[in-house]
Amino acid sequence: MGFKPDLTRRDVTPKAMFLNRRQIMAGAAGLSLTGLIGRQARAQDALEPNSMEEIAGYNNFYEFGTGKEDPAKYAHMLTTSPWSIEVGGMVDKPGNYSLDDILSGVDIEERIYRFRCVEAWSMVIPWNGFELNQLLDQVGVQSRAKYVAFETAYRPDEMPGVRFPVVEWPYVEGLRLDEAMHPLTIMATGIYGETIPNQNGAPIRLVVPWKYGFKSIKSIVKITLTDQEPPTTWNKANPREYGFYSNVNPNVDHPRWSQATERVIGGGIFAARKETQMFNGYEEQVASLYDGMDLSENF
Amino acid sequence: MNPVSQRINEGVRKVPTWLLYVLAVIPPALLFYNGVVGNLGIDPVKKMEHQIGLYGLWALIATLSVTPLRRFARINLLKFRRALGLIAFFYISCHLAVWLFLDVQIWSQIWADIVKRPYITIGMGAFVLMIPLAVTSNNWSMRRLRKNWGKLHKLVYPAVLLGGIHFIMLRKGIQLEPLIYLGVIVLLLLLRLPPISKVRSPARA
Ligand code: HEM
Repeated sequence: MGFKPDLTRRDVTPKAMFLNRRQIMAGAAGLSLTGLIGRQARAQDALEPNSMEEIAGYNNFYEFGTGKEDPAKYAHMLTTSPWSIEVGGMVDKPGNYSLDDILSGVDIEERIYRFRCVEAWSMVIPWNGFELNQLLDQVGVQSRAKYVAFETAYRPDEMPGVRFPVVEWPYVEGLRLDEAMHPLTIMATGIYGETIPNQNGAPIRLVVPWKYGFKSIKSIVKITLTDQEPPTTWNKANPREYGFYSNVNPNVDHPRWSQATERVIGGGIFAARKETQMFNGYEEQVASLYDGMDLSENF
Repeated sequence: MNPVSQRINEGVRKVPTWLLYVLAVIPPALLFYNGVVGNLGIDPVKKMEHQIGLYGLWALIATLSVTPLRRFARINLLKFRRALGLIAFFYISCHLAVWLFLDVQIWSQIWADIVKRPYITIGMGAFVLMIPLAVTSNNWSMRRLRKNWGKLHKLVYPAVLLGGIHFIMLRKGIQLEPLIYLGVIVLLLLLRLPPISKVRSPARA
C-alpha cells in the first residue's frame, strides 16, 4: 500500500500532456479543440490515481484466469518482446508493424483517466500512451473505412486461461472510426511511467475512458479497418447484456449490475459508493459522437 | 460396517453439537476482522461477499450430504444435520448482510437489484426458502408440525439448487467452478430419487 508513484500528474504540464504536433499545426482551426483540452486537463487535476499495487493486482484478463488475482499470478508467462501488430483491411499501408516501428512515430504522454468496469467498480489510472489517431494516420485509413477491429494475442502455451472456453478466443473488440480517432482514445504502453505490467495488457493496449473497461482490449496483435461493425467478444457471448458501444451510462440498466453507482477501489470495507457519471465523466468531450442516437437502444 | 465408518461414527459420538456452532462463528468473524484491518486484498468487500457466499454453499452441501453418507457409506452424522443447516442459514444471512450494508448500501438500489437482476432474485429466492426452515429447526416445531415438518424441510432442495444456479449466473461467461458446484448439488439431489435411494436402504446401518 505504501507505493509512491515516481511520476505524478504534477510532473507533467497540461500543455505538454495534450498538445501534439498536429494540433499545433492545425493553428486557428485547433483553437476550439484547445479549449476542450483545457477543460480535460482541469478535470484530470482532480483525480487521485490508485496505487500501482491496486492497478496491477486487480485485473480482468480472462486469458490468464477468471479470478481478479489470476492475471497478476500468470501473466508473466506472456512473451511481450518481440511484439508486432498486423495492421490490415482498409488502410494504405497494411503490414506487420513491430512495436518499435509504431512507437518511433508517436508521442507518448501521460493521461490520468477514470477506469470504470462493467462490474460496477472503478479506479483512476495514470496511463502512458499515445493517441490511437497517430497510429491510424501512420497507416493511412482509407475513406471507406468506418470501424476499427482489434484482436488480443491468443497463445495457449502462455495463457493458462484459454484452456476453458469462458468466452470465444481470441478476444476481439471494435470501435467506430470516429471513436477511434477521438483524442481521448489512446494506446497505452505504460502506467506510472513504467512499462505496462503484463496483467494490464502489455506491451500495448487500447484505453477508451468513456466506455466500460472490457472495450479497452489488451495485448493487441491485430488491427483491421473495415466498413462493417466488427464482432466483439462480450457481445457475442451475451448480446442482451453487452452492446457494441458499451458507453458508461448510469441511466442504462445492465441485467447484472446497476450502473448507477460504483465501488471505488481502494476505499476499504466501509467506503461509500460513488455515483457513476455519464460517459464516465467525459460527457463534454464525447457526447457529440452520439448525437441523435438512442443510447438505450445502442447500449 | 467397514472399520473406517465405524471409527468415524465413534468419533462423532464424542463431539458435542454445540462445538459445531462455536466453530462455525470463527470463519465469518475472521473474514470480518481481516476486512476491517485491510487483509483481504484490493477489493475487500467483494472478497468478503464471495467468501461468505462460498461458506454458505459449503454448509448447504454438507447438510445435503448427511443422508447419502449414512445410506451409502454408513457414516452417521445425523446429529449434526440441524446444526449444519442452521450454520448455512447463518452464513447466507451474513452474505446478504455484506451485500446490503457494505456492497450496495443504497436502499432504493437494493430493492431494484432484487427485482431486476435475475441472479440476485434467485439468490434471494434461495434465502427466503431457507427462512421457514431455520425458524422450524427446533424440537418444539418438529413436534408441532409432525409429518409436515419433513415435507416442509424438503424446501432445502430447491433452496440449494437456486443457490447453485445463482453462482453460475453471477459469473461472467462460462466458468468451470460454479458448474462443478452445481454438478455436486444435482448429484446429491439425484441420490434421493426413489430408484437410487431404494438400492441400499433395506440394508441396516
Ligand atoms: C442459498 C443462497 C445463496 C448462496 C448459496 C450464495 C452463494 C454465492 C456464491 C458461492 C457466490 C460467489 C462466490 C465466488 O464468486 O467465489 C455469491 C456471490 C454473490 N451473491 Fe450469493 N448466495 C446466496 C444468496 C444470495 C443472496 C440472498 C444475495 C443478495 C440478495 C446474494 C448476492 C450475491 C452477490 C451480490 C454476489 C457477488 C456477485 C459479484 O461478484 O458481483 N446471494 N453467492
